[in-house]
Amino acid sequence: MTHYLDHAATTPVHPLVAEAMVAELARVGNPSSVHAPGRAARRAVEESRERLAATLGARPSEVVWTSGGTEADNLAVKGLWWARHGADPRRIRVLVSAVEHHAVLDPARWLATQGADVVELPVHPDGALDLDALAAELSEHGDRVALVSVMWANNEIGTVQPLAEVVELAHAHGVPVHTDAVQAFGHLPVDLRAIAVDAVTISAHKLGGPVGVGALVARRGLELVPVLHGGGQERSVRSGTLDAVGSVGMALAAELAVADLPSEAVRLAALRDALVDGARRLVPDAVLRGPEPSTGRRLPHSAHLTFPGCEGDSLLYLMDSRGVACSTGSACAAGVPQPSHVLLACGVDEADARGALRFSLGRTSTAQDVEAVLAALPEVVARAKAAGLASAPARRVG
Amino acid sequence: MRVLAALSGGVDSAVAAARAVDAGHDVVGVHMALSRSRAEHRTGSRGCCTIEDASDARRSADVLGIGYYVWDLSERFEETVVADFLSEYAAGRTPNPCVRCNEHIKFSALLDKATALGFDAVCTGHYARVELPEDGRRSLHRARDAAKDQSYVLAVMGPERLARAMFPLGTVATKDDVRAEAAARGLPVSAKPDSYDLCFVADGDTQGFLRERLGSTPGDVVDADGAVVGRHDGAWAFTVGQRKGLGLGRPAADGRPRYVLDVRPATNSVVVGAAELLSVTGLRGADVVWFDPPSAGWTAGEVQLRAHGTPVPARWRAADGGLEVRLDRPVRGLAAGQSAVGYLGDRVAVQATIDEVERR
Repeated sequence: MTHYLDHAATTPVHPLVAEAMVAELARVGNPSSVHAPGRAARRAVEESRERLAATLGARPSEVVWTSGGTEADNLAVKGLWWARHGADPRRIRVLVSAVEHHAVLDPARWLATQGADVVELPVHPDGALDLDALAAELSEHGDRVALVSVMWANNEIGTVQPLAEVVELAHAHGVPVHTDAVQAFGHLPVDLRAIAVDAVTISAHKLGGPVGVGALVARRGLELVPVLHGGGQERSVRSGTLDAVGSVGMALAAELAVADLPSEAVRLAALRDALVDGARRLVPDAVLRGPEPSTGRRLPHSAHLTFPGCEGDSLLYLMDSRGVACSTGSACAAGVPQPSHVLLACGVDEADARGALRFSLGRTSTAQDVEAVLAALPEVVARAKAAGLASAPARRVG
Repeated sequence: MRVLAALSGGVDSAVAAARAVDAGHDVVGVHMALSRSRAEHRTGSRGCCTIEDASDARRSADVLGIGYYVWDLSERFEETVVADFLSEYAAGRTPNPCVRCNEHIKFSALLDKATALGFDAVCTGHYARVELPEDGRRSLHRARDAAKDQSYVLAVMGPERLARAMFPLGTVATKDDVRAEAAARGLPVSAKPDSYDLCFVADGDTQGFLRERLGSTPGDVVDADGAVVGRHDGAWAFTVGQRKGLGLGRPAADGRPRYVLDVRPATNSVVVGAAELLSVTGLRGADVVWFDPPSAGWTAGEVQLRAHGTPVPARWRAADGGLEVRLDRPVRGLAAGQSAVGYLGDRVAVQATIDEVERR
């Protein structure tokens, strides 16, 4: 039996979502066609747009459907840069936190090859943005900043960012703020009536919807230059045939997740606390990364731990072979786990950063899943430590 | 048994893993990332270092229905195999990095990590046989396919580690059979070309790699009497027995071809001369790996002196902590740094790294 603790990578499609998508899949019609089948498909897309917007406290016209979180992040970062820099060539600076997902970080670094000055803002050891650094950057170069992008909550270590403060600082200098809320939406209240952020990225498959659908929720009046040009759908901001099936799935998944959020956040946080407490008891040198759960400044459904002397690939294999599916939490290059840029930005040294595991919970998680992790953990860590010694490079002296 | 199948991304290791699965073992595939510059996407097979190789290995594991992991051993590889490669060339010797990789990586770092993680054996696509005779001492033998035999590069692993090694391809008749088997199993690598180049030299340009890492150090090319006959850009660029690329402007006085006789890092000079001066009748080996108990008495057998080289009738014995070898007939162009492997029939009896050669 497999215990699935990688819900932050992707979480099972909700059965009601699958049912609604299958029903929609049985119909024909391009939402841009004017005939009756086209109108029916258009109605499905627009109703989904309204329902999704309602879950976020946004207006339907603010929802731009995309193929997922990565595309929405690219549209926000590149689209805002092109629009803002195009309107005012002095605005060449792009400010992002150093712990952004690669879907934000890499577009920003690419913009650096196109003339942008990209600043990767430092974070505190718990992963929270250094607001003083942002304030200093804005007061020194505020009229030269094109955009700020700071995630709602970190996908690896779960840190919730001080987004309201970020928005306040940026808006004081007339700078728009984008946030990647892919991990936060469905696990934390994301209410755009309560925070004046300008653009928000969300993704369906982290909430019980399908892979391949997401949205950028962009405030009315926010100018975005498109990444995809073509048929002019989505107010010409994002061309491509509208996905009736995907939008139906995403809207329902979001409604279900938001409706269940108050009870699920409490239930999952309790499971997460049991996991963290157990891991610390069984492996005393394990280190929880990100803020302590008691601070309330972390996602309720994930725990990220580093195990000194262990390699992430060993930990992952040993957990997998004992029926526990989890993650090292960081990106791979050609399948090779790399020390996480998030941990390095938090000041963790490279050796410790290599021995990381992320456990993330979701709708189908149970106490048995946590028990399975804790049952396996002591032997897994002991073996991974022995393997780390066996394969460690001989350190040169002097 | 719990078996770790090393998957290079080539056809041999994929079929070896498939055979381990067939034998009923609990198999997990591991691809070793060895190169620092693995971000490059090179085409053609080099069997370990490209993204293409890693994805071929993953695809093979998927077809076999086994787990797949990538282990990053690039730091260890750099500190052992690549460092040895460079220091040996810098010392005027001719290293065999495949031997060093088997010694330090495949049957050391990989095998030890696998053992620590609970695996009983490491399975590779090498062509060699392991036998367990009556006396319980495992022995290493040439592969059935003599043309593909790799016992020469494996001998360095020694007898103890054989108990944790598995070479399912040692008994196949020919490489073509392996390709046919791969195709029949639906493995997508069945037609992938064999690898020949050094996996860590990105574009196959070994001279360029050495120049970049060791730097240019111009010096003299001299004849056996010490007379300067030319200039070179770095003594490391030459290998004993080499004939081409000496860059000598004028032919020798006797008009006969000249070969590299010696590389002398101390004076940064390269010695050239006639072919017969290359003849070697004996050698001394260091870092000896004994499969049979060491003996001060002579043992008569055959010695192989390079990968896929023809074995030479010879005698050997233990002497002063090393290995003394007398060749029954002279061999040309033997370089220090290469591996010497003594065989009794098809069985490996001893292995050593050539330290000194004896010319008549």
